[in-house]
Amino acid sequence: MSTLAVQDHGVAHHEEGHEHHHDTFLTKYVFSQDHKMIAKQFLITGITMAVIAMLLSILFRIQLAYPDKTFPLLETLLGRFAPEGRLDPEFYLSLVTIHGTIMVFFVLTAGLSGTFSNLLIPLQVGARDMASPFINMLSYWFFLTACVIMLSSFFVQKGPAGPGWTIYPPLSALPQAMKGSGLGMTLWLISMVCFVASSLMGGINYVSTVLNMRTNGMDLWKMPLTIWAFFLTAILGVLSFPVLVAGVVLLIFDRSFGTSFYLSDIVVNGQVMPFEGGSPILFQHLFWFLGHPEVYIVIMPAMGISSEVMSVNSRKPIFGYHAMVYSLIGITVLSFIVWGHHMFITGMNPFLGGVFMITTLIIAVPSAVKTFNWLATLWRGNIRFTPAMLFAVGMVSFFISGGLTGIFLGNAALDINLHDTYFVVAHFHLVMGSAAIFGMLAGVYHWFPKMFGRLMDEKLGYLHFWLTFIGAYLVFFPMHFMGLDGVPRRYYAFTEFASMQRWLSVNMFITWAAIMSACAQVAFLYNFIHSIFWGKEATQNPWQANTLEWTTPVERIHGNWPGEIPSVYRWPYDYSKPGAEEDFIPQTTPLSETMSSNVPHDFEDNPAGLEALSKWSSTQKANEEVK
Amino acid sequence: MMATIQQEDKVNLGAKKFIMWIFIFTSFMLFAALTSGFIVYIGGSKAHGLNITLPISFRYSTLVLIASSVTLFIASRSAKRLDFAKQTTMLWITIVLGVAFLILQVYGWYTMAYKMHIYLVDPNATRSFVYVMTLLHVLHIIGGLVWLISALSGSIKRIPQVKNLYRMEMTSIFWHFLDIIWIYLYVFLLLNQ
Repeated sequence: MSTLAVQDHGVAHHEEGHEHHHDTFLTKYVFSQDHKMIAKQFLITGITMAVIAMLLSILFRIQLAYPDKTFPLLETLLGRFAPEGRLDPEFYLSLVTIHGTIMVFFVLTAGLSGTFSNLLIPLQVGARDMASPFINMLSYWFFLTACVIMLSSFFVQKGPAGPGWTIYPPLSALPQAMKGSGLGMTLWLISMVCFVASSLMGGINYVSTVLNMRTNGMDLWKMPLTIWAFFLTAILGVLSFPVLVAGVVLLIFDRSFGTSFYLSDIVVNGQVMPFEGGSPILFQHLFWFLGHPEVYIVIMPAMGISSEVMSVNSRKPIFGYHAMVYSLIGITVLSFIVWGHHMFITGMNPFLGGVFMITTLIIAVPSAVKTFNWLATLWRGNIRFTPAMLFAVGMVSFFISGGLTGIFLGNAALDINLHDTYFVVAHFHLVMGSAAIFGMLAGVYHWFPKMFGRLMDEKLGYLHFWLTFIGAYLVFFPMHFMGLDGVPRRYYAFTEFASMQRWLSVNMFITWAAIMSACAQVAFLYNFIHSIFWGKEATQNPWQANTLEWTTPVERIHGNWPGEIPSVYRWPYDYSKPGAEEDFIPQTTPLSETMSSNVPHDFEDNPAGLEALSKWSSTQKANEEVK
Repeated sequence: MMATIQQEDKVNLGAKKFIMWIFIFTSFMLFAALTSGFIVYIGGSKAHGLNITLPISFRYSTLVLIASSVTLFIASRSAKRLDFAKQTTMLWITIVLGVAFLILQVYGWYTMAYKMHIYLVDPNATRSFVYVMTLLHVLHIIGGLVWLISALSGSIKRIPQVKNLYRMEMTSIFWHFLDIIWIYLYVFLLLNQ
């Protein structure tokens, strides 16, 4: 006991030293090295980028619904990009490209991992900050630079990049191929290099922090599933982003120095280009070696967040904790050997296609394990429908309905029909777009008190959830049928093709559903901004959760805990444990304080504890008999 | 009290060293991607072989880089044995060898372009790969030199031993890795020539 007291004294003194050093506005809000502030910076930048990308999607949805109508307002807003109030066809391609790029990379990679890995890794493993706070700060500034460069491409003469978010050469490699392959494409590449640098700095920090800076008692099997998900996501990023860099470097050489890595036998405007011997398929291999793990980089943090939120709000331990971790590991490993399923129609050897098909379909196993575990967690739980909980359940719903179509697309034979149709659009918007964004929103509603010390308004949260949830299904569900009918994606005007004309009315329906969901985000934005300043003040542990972040004070101090970092004695999912006084037992409560709820399983590697438990229960029994 | 704080700091330095290890993984993935790209490219057509003899200066640069690893190892050992004068000298030698490596690589490009008339732009992109791989490796070497210089300045300024060792270790991890990755690239190219 005396040692403890001495240590406490020491740490208190140490903290005083901290208080003497005053933060200026610049060091506190701008060049902050505090992981919580960096998380907020990522979140707010991510939300801003999401709103921009959403508005872009509304623009091209208007074009799809009313290909022949003119909207003078559009010309006022967009100028030369919408001559006479109709979107320019090449600008339409740019819109699709930038919408995809921003959503996949800037919102669902940086906005999601950047926010919640930064916020939760130190808080939930019990660390004062990241392994390298400075690199962490750099990570944000590279991200912001990438955002600015990406958006600046709207202000160049020829407009932003237009070859699709996958930037396949030769289209992306020849600046003269179309407007969107010019300066806009160069800016895209520069922006992505900054973005990859940012992701790598972030990812390296996350991995190192999780492995090296856990508090006493926090072994890997006591980590919340959020941390497992962020950790594995970071590993995926660290291993796959460099491959994208390699692909992009070669593309830059092709674009700017005249090499022929990807180019061969090309004629532009009747002129034969000097490129020979290149292979555009090489780019697809390099791109999808990143690109496929990337979709798991997007979805795994959402899975982790949903697991945590659903367990807390069902007041039940997560069903199959170990299975959840092993399925995440399974997804991580498998994601590196399935990239070929994006390339079934590149003339790939059918045998190789078969191999990729099998590996792809195997991913259904860990995904199904996770899905069933979520459902079993909900099963007979004492459910509290907070907005965060609704979004987490919504994430599961989208993951199921989008995941099922993945089984269709993973089949090489079926994919030949479905490739590049709206079926694919529907599939990935549900399984990774909507599911991941719902996971992210669940996280925002759940950890808002940890970020800003206040609560978000519940009623607006419910409005936001239902409109977005219904809206997303109304938007993406009909697209499956368009895809089955063979309607290709990225087409500018459905009126130009007789076979596609009958889908115009559906397009109109989808566009109005999209506008409705976009309006629903106003409820969120208002709620978010209003609650930062005027929301209800939060208590220390508003959701009665077990994890470590709720043991920190409401005023978010530098170093997270005022005194010593708490030690951890149990896993994070002791909810509604029979015999316990309350329906949650924080990770910091030692087993010795909860004798009435301990079970032999709690002492697997601890014979002394087991003995203490049996002694305790025999005394209990003896006492009963005396009575 | 001091013990607690020092312990926390020590843990943190360990985490930072770990960051270097992970960075090495990312870097390795970059070169692995380039070499696998090379293999995929060669597989595309029978005409796609390297079919050149690599410039002799690459062989010398390999030897120089290996020598620099040895001197850096000696520098690290001297730092641990508190022989700071030797550490400084050995770091100087390592830096000189590193710069010599850079010069030899550039000379290799010069030989390829001006003597052998094999340019970056070539319809057979395997040859362009040689330039890109060596260029990316040279960029890493420049980063490695920055680390070496920071270690050297630490050694000259006699910074606290904990920090001195930390810088030495970070530098060593990175520099030895660059050595290994160059041998990997060189052997890879030799096998394909």
